Amino acid sequence: MNTTDFAATVHRDGDVARLELTGEISGVAEEGLQEAFGQAGDARTVRLDFTAVDYINSTGIALIVGILAAARKSGQTVEASGLAEHYREIFRITRLSDFMTIIDGGEGQR
Amino acid sequence: MSLLSLTRIVRRGPRAAAPVQAEESAEPVAAAPAMAAPALEISPNDPIVAYFQSASGAVAIQTLELDSPALEALKQAGVELAAPLVSQGELVGLLNLGPRLSGQDYSRDDRKLLDSLAAQAAPALQVAQLVRRQEAEARSRERIEQELRVATLIQQNFLPKKLPDLPGWDVSAHYRPAREVGGDFYDFIELPDNQLGIVIDDVTDKGVPAAMVMAATRSVLRASAARIVSPGTVLGRVNELMCPDMPPKMFVTCLYGVLDTTTGRIRFANAGHNLPYVRTETGTIELRATGMPLGLMPGIEYEETEAVIEPGQTMLLHSDGVAEAHGGEGGREMFGFPRLLDVVGARVGSGEVIPRVLGELHRFTPAGWEQEDDITLVAVKREWPAEARLESTGVDLVFSVPSVPGNERRASERVAEAIAPLELAPARVDRLKTAVAEAVMNAIEHGNESNADLLVEIGVRSDDGAVAVRITDRGGSRPIEEPDAPDLEAKLEGRQKPRGWGLFLIRSMVDDVRVETEADDHTIELVLRLEEGSHEHH
Repeated sequence: MNTTDFAATVHRDGDVARLELTGEISGVAEEGLQEAFGQAGDARTVRLDFTAVDYINSTGIALIVGILAAARKSGQTVEASGLAEHYREIFRITRLSDFMTIIDGGEGQR
Repeated sequence: MSLLSLTRIVRRGPRAAAPVQAEESAEPVAAAPAMAAPALEISPNDPIVAYFQSASGAVAIQTLELDSPALEALKQAGVELAAPLVSQGELVGLLNLGPRLSGQDYSRDDRKLLDSLAAQAAPALQVAQLVRRQEAEARSRERIEQELRVATLIQQNFLPKKLPDLPGWDVSAHYRPAREVGGDFYDFIELPDNQLGIVIDDVTDKGVPAAMVMAATRSVLRASAARIVSPGTVLGRVNELMCPDMPPKMFVTCLYGVLDTTTGRIRFANAGHNLPYVRTETGTIELRATGMPLGLMPGIEYEETEAVIEPGQTMLLHSDGVAEAHGGEGGREMFGFPRLLDVVGARVGSGEVIPRVLGELHRFTPAGWEQEDDITLVAVKREWPAEARLESTGVDLVFSVPSVPGNERRASERVAEAIAPLELAPARVDRLKTAVAEAVMNAIEHGNESNADLLVEIGVRSDDGAVAVRITDRGGSRPIEEPDAPDLEAKLEGRQKPRGWGLFLIRSMVDDVRVETEADDHTIELVLRLEEGSHEHH
């Protein structure tokens, strides 16, 4: 696995920064995810768009926890969209969904 | 000055007892073309060396009395004065002067000039000699490296690109060359009537010569196997063809077998190679056949032996690199055949032979062990027929992946493919995939410490209304502690590290998790019931 297994594009729309994530959220995503979060800057809401994500593992969960912790410190809200049902279940089990808004909707569903 | 020459001191090589022949590039420098003195080499044990080393300046040669062949040679060459070139206490050369053209003696000023010249020339000459020696060593190292690259290339080019895909059989092979590539080789030859030729051989010697002989053996053996049925006759024929052209002191040990893939019957002949082991339900047996190595002498007949590989049994062919590996206490113990036999016969974990042997070898050899010889292992396993599978030990699939990050995903995909016929609900398949990926990742990173030479074994079995996936690594001697249950609030507040989700996820995804260690094996078994039942989430 190399760094091309993960990519992130940041879209800014007013107070919302949408991080369009592609590939896998695992150890390979560490640098890219943090960089993308940095680019979100002072946006009030950071929305992680998982539509094009096909794999999240425990290391990836830890990365998301890290982002969530940093966002809470700076008073930002974190949302997750486009999560496949399996990962929505994992977000429930890990209680991530208690601390971030999970946006439903057809997009990105498997 | 009429005659000036530089005398070179022949140095002892690093290990040679006799003076080494000086390299060509260090030709003596002759500065007086009209009457150049002949080059002179002084043996390091000539007493004049010590004399020159302790001399305080230029030495009058013609009046010097010493039992020294070099002194005689200097006198004969007409040398009057010799100024020793001494640098850091070492005699690196001489500045030799013949008689003055005027016929007069050398003056005090002449000697002073000569001494100061010698004092300046000596260190420069020593540096130049050092540079030349290093250049020569670098060239020779580069030559050796290049040869190793060529040998590796030849070797790898001739190894099978893919393993035979036979219904009812699981064929696996492992080849790991030593740094100084040996002559190990294995091959599979597809023969008519569902028969498979299986070859393992080992050329004595290393590097390019061994690789060339290996390539020749392969061609001759393939050609003979295509025309002759009997393995003994094939080896006899190969021996006849190889003998005339075999380089001196080289020979090839080779085991050649023909497996009937419908009946499991294998007929084989052996030219001095290690005996194959067959792992059975009751232990490990050795298949015996003997014969002279190939290429030693013509006219050899090879005995032929027959055996049947029953369902569930595995035959292992192995090269010397395993049994002759050194390790254990002080690194002087040999791995040995008895140990190999034990490892092959052990019935722990999910049971692939090659990962087990490599794991045991890794445990036996010291950290950073430089492999002494090529290691080749070929395992031929006969699977249970489909209908017998569920009634017997019920293993549907056993495979392994090297301990390289990223392979956890491949492993989980393969497990998903294997359980596809069970038609589980997609959500349950996803859960099992996540659990398998997490468990394999733990095995790669913790159990096998990301050592790519170690394999993670994955066994998938379905019976009793459940599917069980066993994941085995070599971390049995250092089990990882289960971290505190992850508490997201604590993690967000920095009271717990963000990591530590792996085992929690695994336990959340499947119905049951069992962990067992046996000797060096650490196995985690994930059980998922086929029917969704009372499984509750946290």
